Amino acid sequence: MAEKKSLGKEFTKGLIAENPVLRLVLGTCPTLAVSVAVTNAIGMGIAATIVLICSNIVISALRKVIPSKVRIPAYIVVIASFVTIVQLFVKAFVPALDSALGVYLPLIVVNCIILGRAEAFAGKNSVAASFFDGLGMGLGFTLALIVMASIREILGAGSFLDGISSLTVLFGYSGFDGFKNILSQPMGILTLAPGGFFVFGVVMALANKLAEKKGKTPAELKGCANCPMAHSCTLIDREDACDNKEEKEGAAV
Amino acid sequence: MISAKAADEKLLTVSASPHVRSATTSRMIMLDVIISLCPALIASVLIFGLRALAVTAVTVASCMLSEYVSRKIMKRSNTLGDLSAIVTGMLLAFNLPSSIPFWMAALGGAIAIVIVKQFFGGIGENFVNPAITARIILLLSFSSAMSSWPVPRQGLMVKAVDAVTGATPLAVISEGSGSLPSLTDMFIGLRGGCLGETCALALIIGGLYLIIRKVISPAIPLSFIGTVAVIMLIAKKGDFTALSYQILSGGLLLGAIFMATDYSTSPISFKGKIIFGIGCGVITCLIRIFGSYPEGVSFSIIIMNILVPHIEKLTTPKPFGTPKKEKKAKEEAKA
Repeated sequence: MAEKKSLGKEFTKGLIAENPVLRLVLGTCPTLAVSVAVTNAIGMGIAATIVLICSNIVISALRKVIPSKVRIPAYIVVIASFVTIVQLFVKAFVPALDSALGVYLPLIVVNCIILGRAEAFAGKNSVAASFFDGLGMGLGFTLALIVMASIREILGAGSFLDGISSLTVLFGYSGFDGFKNILSQPMGILTLAPGGFFVFGVVMALANKLAEKKGKTPAELKGCANCPMAHSCTLIDREDACDNKEEKEGAAV
Repeated sequence: MISAKAADEKLLTVSASPHVRSATTSRMIMLDVIISLCPALIASVLIFGLRALAVTAVTVASCMLSEYVSRKIMKRSNTLGDLSAIVTGMLLAFNLPSSIPFWMAALGGAIAIVIVKQFFGGIGENFVNPAITARIILLLSFSSAMSSWPVPRQGLMVKAVDAVTGATPLAVISEGSGSLPSLTDMFIGLRGGCLGETCALALIIGGLYLIIRKVISPAIPLSFIGTVAVIMLIAKKGDFTALSYQILSGGLLLGAIFMATDYSTSPISFKGKIIFGIGCGVITCLIRIFGSYPEGVSFSIIIMNILVPHIEKLTTPKPFGTPKKEKKAKEEAKA
């Protein structure tokens, strides 16, 4: 039931209204793990955006060739190829980022955002639309990561953009290495996992509020009707939606 | 309008339950808790000086302000009148060293009220104890400020030296170096520690007041402290002196009497309370014996807080007259 949208809309919806992390609640694991430092967040965001755009384009181009029954393995193969390319590039040119991101870089293969966009969007839409969708979703992911990482790094570690020269060295500039010692006594818990969840919750609430102002329903766990993706969901069309499922399960019990 | 018949009917009509109403309100309960905390507050001022009172004032003010402002922003009714914010503020202050910077104490109050209490719906809706959670967040964030303990004043009239800090008895026990205060000093609270946890005498007086006023049931404190006693007796190979130090030191009494008995984060049934207390005791001992932190009372309470819904599920009392489990199963099998 995907309604036709202009390419610009496909791009901007990923920023706030359908922000993959804060509104669709996808890709939570890398978000919590990587948003400790802004440098890592930027690196992760760029890597994921590149993979997302490329895989969206290829999957959308192949959408009429890929048989529906084996579409998930096919998507994974496409995504994994691009992740491998990006990973090798990162290893070669920004090794510091590679060691900082660790396992989360190869784990982009199973990142829900990328697989989710392939399944929910690229598999049904034109190449151009998929490109803008991937770009918007990727930037939305990066934006959410940067916002969370800024809060956690400034308050939790007392620094900002620490170690950024490992990224800027790509452009031949390494004079600036971030601000340090902003706070004399940072709140260490924010760099730990519980702090990640606190910040995640608060930022998510803010994004909900922003989206609500624009007339979107808040992302609540109230079944399909409230899902920000309801208008383009394939499951609703197939009557396989979570709402119906719940009813069926309820009837079985 | 009221004829004789109507009056008869009125007598025979039964209103919807509850039929017996008590005059007890949240406000009265909280007032009782505040009264019961006063002996420990007075003791802390005598032991650590006026700064203890100042820290308490800061946390209480911060809690009340956070409660007022957050309820206002969320467009909810003003709940300052139930006094629960004051209780949270006092309990939080009791869990802080008296040398803590005031801004940290204020931040702790805001965390307790806004993040732990109001985000989850306000009084009665919080799933963990706000004061304990704020203490743990402060401990994990500012570990050096949260674990430097001012030495108690030597004699009641001598001014405390702020710069001198000493280890808590538990730290001495776990590191095996340094000197322990005498057991009498431990009992009246002349030792290093959080400002409200040191004076066992005052805490026990407060606890007895609460039990006599029927604000708390003795089930949780007794099973909590009892479990710690039994495990420590085994771990210390029957040494009663070491056992007494374990009971009197750290936040055990404060936690068991005032924090673990919080209504909204402890089980309702008697059986559930016993399970809750034993669980707290076991976790406390595990952390004290094997953990890297010398003290585990706050962690044990927060972990058991999270388990409370499951404990409640296990210990739901059966309504009177329902068949026993095996019978029911058999009947179902027959059918």
